[in-house]
Amino acid sequence: MGEAVKMQISPADADVKPFENRGTPSDPAIVEGGASTSLKHESARMHVSGEATYIDDMPEPRGLVHVVPGLSTKAHARILSLDLDAVRAAPGVICVLTHKDVPGHNQVSPVGKNDEPLLAEDIVSYYGQPIFIVIADDRQNARKAAQLARITYEELPAILTIAQAREAGSALVWRPLEMKRGNVDTALSKAPKRLNGSITIGGQEHFYLEGQAALAQPGEEGEMRVWSSTQHPTETQHMVAHVLDRPSNLVTVEIRRMGGGFGGKETQANTPACLAALAANVTGRAAKMRLDRDDDMIMTGKRHDFVVDYDVGFDETGHILAVDMVLAARCGWSADLSGPVIDRALFHADNAYFYPDVRFRSEPLKTNTQSNTAYRGFGGPQGIVAAERVIEEIAFATGLDPLDVRLRNTYGTGSRDITPYHMTVEDSIASEIMTQLAENCDYRARRHALRASNTHSPYIRRGIALTPVKFGISFTATHYNQAGALVHIYTDGSVQVNHGGTEMGQGLHTKMVQIAMREFGLTEDRVRITATTTGKVPNTSATAASSGADLNGMAVLDAISKIKQRLVCFAAEHWEVAEGDVHFLPEGVQVGEALVSFPALVKAAYFARVSLSSNGFYKTPKISWNPDTGRGRPFYYFAYGAACAEVAIDLLTGETRIERVDILHDAGQSLNPAIDIGQIEGGFIQGAGWLTMEELVWDKAGHLRTHAPSTYKIPACSDRPRIFNVSLLEAAPNREATIFRSKAVGEPPFVHGVAVLQAISDALASLNNYTLCPQLDTPATPECILRTAERLRALPVP
Amino acid sequence: MRDHIQFYLGDQHYRLSDITPETTVLDWLREACHRTGTKEGCNEGDCGACTVLVVRLENNQLTWKAVNACIQFLWMLDGTQLFTVEDLRSPDGALHPVQQAMVDLHGSQCGFCTPGFVMSMVAYSKKAEASAKETDINDALAGNLCRCTGYAPIVKAMKQALLAPHDKFEQEQSKIITRLTALQNADMAEINTPHGSISLPRTADELASAYQNAPNATLVAGATDVGLWVTKRLQTLPHVISVSGAQDLKKIEHRPDGLWIGAATPYAEAQKDIATLFPDAGEVIRRIGSAQVRNVGTVCGNIGNGSPIGDGPPLFIAAGATLHLRRGETRRTLPLENYFLAYGQQDRQEGEFIEGILIPYPEPNLRYRAYKVSKRFDQDISAILGVFAFTMDGNGVITKARIAFGGMAATPKRASATEAALVGKRWDEHALIAAREAIQVDFAPLSDMRGSEWYRRTVAANLLTRCFAETTKMPQQPETRLAGWKEDVHG
Repeated sequence: MGEAVKMQISPADADVKPFENRGTPSDPAIVEGGASTSLKHESARMHVSGEATYIDDMPEPRGLVHVVPGLSTKAHARILSLDLDAVRAAPGVICVLTHKDVPGHNQVSPVGKNDEPLLAEDIVSYYGQPIFIVIADDRQNARKAAQLARITYEELPAILTIAQAREAGSALVWRPLEMKRGNVDTALSKAPKRLNGSITIGGQEHFYLEGQAALAQPGEEGEMRVWSSTQHPTETQHMVAHVLDRPSNLVTVEIRRMGGGFGGKETQANTPACLAALAANVTGRAAKMRLDRDDDMIMTGKRHDFVVDYDVGFDETGHILAVDMVLAARCGWSADLSGPVIDRALFHADNAYFYPDVRFRSEPLKTNTQSNTAYRGFGGPQGIVAAERVIEEIAFATGLDPLDVRLRNTYGTGSRDITPYHMTVEDSIASEIMTQLAENCDYRARRHALRASNTHSPYIRRGIALTPVKFGISFTATHYNQAGALVHIYTDGSVQVNHGGTEMGQGLHTKMVQIAMREFGLTEDRVRITATTTGKVPNTSATAASSGADLNGMAVLDAISKIKQRLVCFAAEHWEVAEGDVHFLPEGVQVGEALVSFPALVKAAYFARVSLSSNGFYKTPKISWNPDTGRGRPFYYFAYGAACAEVAIDLLTGETRIERVDILHDAGQSLNPAIDIGQIEGGFIQGAGWLTMEELVWDKAGHLRTHAPSTYKIPACSDRPRIFNVSLLEAAPNREATIFRSKAVGEPPFVHGVAVLQAISDALASLNNYTLCPQLDTPATPECILRTAERLRALPVP
Repeated sequence: MRDHIQFYLGDQHYRLSDITPETTVLDWLREACHRTGTKEGCNEGDCGACTVLVVRLENNQLTWKAVNACIQFLWMLDGTQLFTVEDLRSPDGALHPVQQAMVDLHGSQCGFCTPGFVMSMVAYSKKAEASAKETDINDALAGNLCRCTGYAPIVKAMKQALLAPHDKFEQEQSKIITRLTALQNADMAEINTPHGSISLPRTADELASAYQNAPNATLVAGATDVGLWVTKRLQTLPHVISVSGAQDLKKIEHRPDGLWIGAATPYAEAQKDIATLFPDAGEVIRRIGSAQVRNVGTVCGNIGNGSPIGDGPPLFIAAGATLHLRRGETRRTLPLENYFLAYGQQDRQEGEFIEGILIPYPEPNLRYRAYKVSKRFDQDISAILGVFAFTMDGNGVITKARIAFGGMAATPKRASATEAALVGKRWDEHALIAAREAIQVDFAPLSDMRGSEWYRRTVAANLLTRCFAETTKMPQQPETRLAGWKEDVHG
């Protein structure tokens, strides 16, 4: 057979042509659209034509039932009686389930704390906690029935805010963390200048456009197949298995794509998946839970709000000498991911700056509110907002341009390079980026001009600020930094790529396709990405921490490399050339002097009984972290960037407008510049929304009053900056050996929104002739800005 | 009398007689038709993921309107052709120019909002006056939320799509006109099923009679409010009577004594005429809801539901509008402000409905300023809406003043103490100070998620200051409003 194949692919055959040298084999041309070049989102054509399928769009299995939760209407109470008769009697209702119907563990704590019952037992711990589920033939019937429960409560004291939690003795959901280097108390007392203050930083609703959704279908002998809009299929699998009391090998979780995640489907997808699976288990029918938007917002966790107290010592030239910070966060009723989130706030409370003596302490406070969770940046942005407030304070105290304070305090290389967690910063480029951006966008001249024009504008004031970001890349829980992939080549030469990461719009699947295209020299139509499923790649980590492309990309590359090695070995032997003379190029596979088409090579290899499928695996090197000692190298590398924002504010109403934004961002050697710019633009707007118009309001009963887009306002089209320039840092490959020297780009650009906050603050500072730090809290809503303006007006103008 | 409705979905003709008053277009599309391209993002008309295109034949012209399918009832489609994202590709599979531009310019990330955007963009591209100005594009897309992209690539895609010379609907135009002509029916429809009754009068007389006979029925015009009673409050509507089908109520007339806006007129159609008379009112209307909401939500419905935070009433109260009510053959007229009695209570008797409002033409020397203040500039409910209308004599003395606010009380309300403080006074710093004090007497606002009592009081006074700055000659006229997108820097 081998001989026959060899004959078929003689140089006369259409599949084999003479090789023309189009570049050195060590630097082969990358196929158009391959990794490191731009390619459209793999689902773009499906998105625009409505053909992209989300959970609720899937054809419904015969007999499907709908699941709707019944939610607590008390923030903290003991359930005295639960009368569900009217619910059961309502039209279309099949059954009603409570925690008593859970066959396994009624627990969904993702960190094993057993502090998060799937369905409330005798106590409810927040307004919106699921107590029961209604299973009905029709979703509307189920929703109506869920309103009919008669529940009596004995109310217990409810702790809703950080201040209340502190007053009540600061119950924590997680161990507090302390990071320190040097002796901060001594350094503070010796510092020529010292100031302290506090900043309140608001939370944020994810507002993924596709709400939480899961569809569970029972199978043979306890099998359960779950389609879940989840960022973490493996965890969802484990949760379903232990809620149903069965081994993980009976549960398969699959997700093709999410309609947005942003961290809100890292753990929060588990509850809908488990409740759908519970319903499927009890009824023996497929069951779907798709949350109504209001239920979704009332039930699920959000970005943590913080109060950060800071004490800083510095000198007259704006050099920071010591920083002491306490970062307190409202975590909600259970731990969820609050521990690592608050830790990451500490990891970023230095932003890009070297603090010679430093101490950071965390307070992960327990409250009777939604259990706050992962959200793009995972606490990092809150730490950075606090760090930038400190910079601002120093700037006003010294009369320096805040940009100069920033430039004077960035991490050095070789000295001034140790973080509060004792990691050496080896790649500090924050100063270079800020300097380059300031020149590109004419920051200094514009700042001067704005200040001049503000002096004769009584009502409208403008401000400008340029802020950096340094964002640590890796899960701080070291064991999460692993990934798997599974790549198949079929005998027609088409390729299928599977990996453990999930697609939520960030373009991860596109990048994975591009890696295969580049490695095999194939066009996009020859490479197919499939849904993420625990059946193909097991034991995966959440697609989170910006790590999706870094981890899964290397795992995909590993799988491909294994197959390629087999193909090279085969081709070398088959065509009697050296292995080093086999190259996968856009025009085909160069085998010595011949060019063999990829399908021909694959077919020949198949007949020669070469395996055309491989798994791949990757674990991030170099990293470690010990929270007990507060020491380690939690991050493989840092991603950098800077943003300059110019805003106008209305002193009569507190309204703002973003007039211009310039961003320079470090994506390393970008895997896909077009997608990365999309991440930066979208991340910026989301960050700006968080710090300005997005306000979560709870009433005194702990009821979230901003539980729909009518009351919770995310940025709309006209909220984007009127002038918006985004560039990638050029010629900046990652110094670490990441996938094609790229850098993670999911979370870091979210932080660029901080420039907007600081620009608003700069505009407010005009009220006191730029002598006082406005100490603007977030979200800087019109009311917050007006209050700050009124406070500043009441202070003397020097 | 008909016992059914008729419409087209794409090329498919539907004649339905067994429908409930509450079935929404979105649920029907997704559940009955398995057209899942149209998404549910919020089920309250705020996110635009469910945007579909409704084509109507009006005065022998086709109108293409983006609407939120989640808060439109199925029966409202009577006589129309509905297009969803599934209808956009050409028969050969080619993408619509809007779709192609969204692909080319990376306008989608997670893709969930994308079908809704695409439909809003197609609707915009069908407007005769569609321009590539970013201000206009912002208005067209204000009702579509995207959490991923930050909008810039979508706006670029809109501009590119406008350059396309044709789309598939141009070739289908005559076919659509023929179809819709055949669907036009002067007969009132009356659908009675065990699930409820739907009355679709075609004239004001039929409406008057239907409502007099069934005064407990729910009147529905654009359903941008009633839709939420169903999707969020889970109410049933045993009997609905449509206002919007009454053709003689769907008109705008320049009458000798003012601008008449019939009860079936959506904001989108009244916007231009109102803006010509009262430019600031036009600016506020531009920000009411979104294109999808203004395409169906009516001026009179915004009054009829009696909301304390509707933006329309203060605009028209300040302008001196009168409300025209009818019950059977009995008609009466009252000053608009008198319609609002208390929270949730209006001066409307059983079986009585609004036929229209009459907005008097502004006097030549009328100063009219309207300021909407909200957390988000576009598509947000006002925390405060302040409207100031006054005339001055040659000495700068205020001769008449009508000041109305929304968001400051349980109803839209005139600031009578402030008006009294101003009339007869020269419009100067002293008058401003007096007015700022008087407005605190006029209102005792509540605190809620849109603003505290302090904020509302402070801003109400500050809006007087803004009005003063804008209506008084100063040596150097200060900037008083955030430029926003008024000037189009991108051209």
